[in-house]
Amino acid sequence: MSFLDLKNVTKIYPNGTKAVHETSLSVDEGEFMVFVGPSGCGKSTLLRMVAGLEDITEGDINLDGKLINEVDPSERDVAMVFQNYALYPHMNVYNNLAYGLKNRGIDKETIEQKVNDAAKLLQISDYLQRKPSMLSGGQRQRVAMGRAIVRNPKIFLFDEPLSNLDAKLRIQMRLEIKKLQQKVGVTSIFVTHDQVEAMTLADRLAVINNGIIEQLGTPIEIYDNPKSLFVAGFIGSPQMNFLDGNIKNKTLSAEGFEIKDIDSDFEGEVKLGIRPEHLSQRENSLINLKVDLVEQLGSDNLVYGQLKDKKDFCYRCPGNLTIEKGADLSLNIENNKYYIFDKSTGKRVN
Amino acid sequence: MTRFITSSFSHLILLIGILIMVVPVWMIFASSTHTSSMINMNGLQMFLGDSFYENYLRVLLYQGGFFKEITALKMFFNSFIMATGVAILSVVTSLMAAYALVYYRIKYATLLFWIIFITILVPLELRIFPTYSVMAELNLVNSYFGLIVPISASAIATLFFRQFYKTVPDELLESAKLDGANTWRFFVDFLIPLSKTMIVAMLIFMFVFGYNQYLWPLLVTTSEQYWTVVMGLKMMSGSIVHRFAFVMMSMVPPILIIIVLQKYFIKGVFQDK
Ligand SMILES: Nc1ncnc2c1ncn2[C@@H]1O[C@H](COP(=O)(O)OP(=O)(O)OP(=O)(O)O)[C@@H](O)[C@H]1O
Ligand SMILES: [Mg+2]
Repeated sequence: MSFLDLKNVTKIYPNGTKAVHETSLSVDEGEFMVFVGPSGCGKSTLLRMVAGLEDITEGDINLDGKLINEVDPSERDVAMVFQNYALYPHMNVYNNLAYGLKNRGIDKETIEQKVNDAAKLLQISDYLQRKPSMLSGGQRQRVAMGRAIVRNPKIFLFDEPLSNLDAKLRIQMRLEIKKLQQKVGVTSIFVTHDQVEAMTLADRLAVINNGIIEQLGTPIEIYDNPKSLFVAGFIGSPQMNFLDGNIKNKTLSAEGFEIKDIDSDFEGEVKLGIRPEHLSQRENSLINLKVDLVEQLGSDNLVYGQLKDKKDFCYRCPGNLTIEKGADLSLNIENNKYYIFDKSTGKRVN
Repeated sequence: MTRFITSSFSHLILLIGILIMVVPVWMIFASSTHTSSMINMNGLQMFLGDSFYENYLRVLLYQGGFFKEITALKMFFNSFIMATGVAILSVVTSLMAAYALVYYRIKYATLLFWIIFITILVPLELRIFPTYSVMAELNLVNSYFGLIVPISASAIATLFFRQFYKTVPDELLESAKLDGANTWRFFVDFLIPLSKTMIVAMLIFMFVFGYNQYLWPLLVTTSEQYWTVVMGLKMMSGSIVHRFAFVMMSMVPPILIIIVLQKYFIKGVFQDK
């Protein structure tokens, strides 16, 4: 059994909303697991069940070899960082960090040392006497982290802790969280709806949709090998291009072009997925793109345009290529990196 | 220019209002420092006399009442006990009632709250005889307990605390729980410190409420030993200057409380969220 084990966990809220369906998942000790998915898919619910803040309707959760379904949150030895930090407004930073330790009956000197160590690690030693209202967003974020770290819990739970920060600080804190987790080595679950955050932080990633884990794997596995239409569309930025098509006798015909000898026995209506970065310009290729707009990011250009059938399409090319608005490009799919999904079920078929 | 006129006009109105309120009080105070014969001959006075110490000391120590068993000093003591008791007891009970209503999974908590709330519409006077017979049954007539307890459940204070607790974000409770706090610790370590200013405001409020009670103490005390200041205002016999002096002194405790704790009072009622 792994460190954290969820077995067929289901959550139905009292009002009848089924937020999590029969989900099973294992997290190893020291692993950084990320739950990613669109708003309302049940990420927070799943996390809160691990924390003990929501009852489990069905299924079992084991932590460190112990069934914790009925264990009170105060006894679970988990720490959580909330989206709005939930710092204790009437306590200064020192007491915010020390409160959990005091409740465990730890003696004063040990508390002081632990708080000071955590404060040093997070570079908040200078603010220990301040109230949370006198801190900036980033500093509050650190205090929230410190409150989790100082107790040395079995598991860290993060519920979108970065979403209240501005873009630049978010990237910085993202890095720091990752570094910190590697240093401290505590098993962590991090919830986000930002796929870039998910990709950069995760050891393993669970893509959740409608209360179901659609795919579980390392970020690269999921990026390279999405198992469903949803995962393919959700992971990757800019989003994967999807075209309607039809397969007959191993030949896929999309509007305007055909791909022969595909690696699938599927027949019928499909969606063809092509990542913008898996394209290159070559004369007389399959895909003809009429350019509408070019976004220059410096290192890359994002070229938006339309195919023959007026379908929107995106192509990512190196930043040193100059592409004019209105140009006609002929694009080739590199290394046959395309994905085919069954149109009715959304399952990958190649 | 027009601004000057309108602002001096509103100041004038304020000034008149203040005078209307202050002048009678001042006249009573000024008159209370004269001798009785002076007042009886010349009517109310606008300026201070020189019998201040004599009058006030006499009132404080005079054995009043029908049986000459009580002094004004004792009445102040009784009132103080009663007002403090009412203030503390009602704040404690309403803090806890609000805590239970907001944080415990009580069925029909909202309905319960509205039932409590409706009692605001039922004045003490309406339930005074049933309450009295309960106290009489329990043998609590003529005791501080009997004076204090029946008027110490405050729907208003419960309302204030409940509304305040409802604004405390859920994450605070959740993160306290994860930090190992049980329900009692959350109450003591979080809700009480967070509602500190409101608690002080309610203490003042209920102190004044308890101090101002008239009908209830009148009913529930037959022994002069338990007379309160407000009852004394009616019962005190004696010369006019002494009664004036007593009236003046009866205003002191509530005013003192408000002046001392004014800072918290304003903050608690109007600024706390
Ligand atoms: N207390 C509740 N009672 C009833 N339904 C709830 C409750 N909390 C959440 N839900 C529902 O459960 C589903 C999952 O909610 P959840 O908060 O887990 O989503 P989420 O993935 O965290 O979304 P977000 O990214 O917006 O935070 C949603 O449909 C939501 O409306
Ligand atoms: Mg959420």
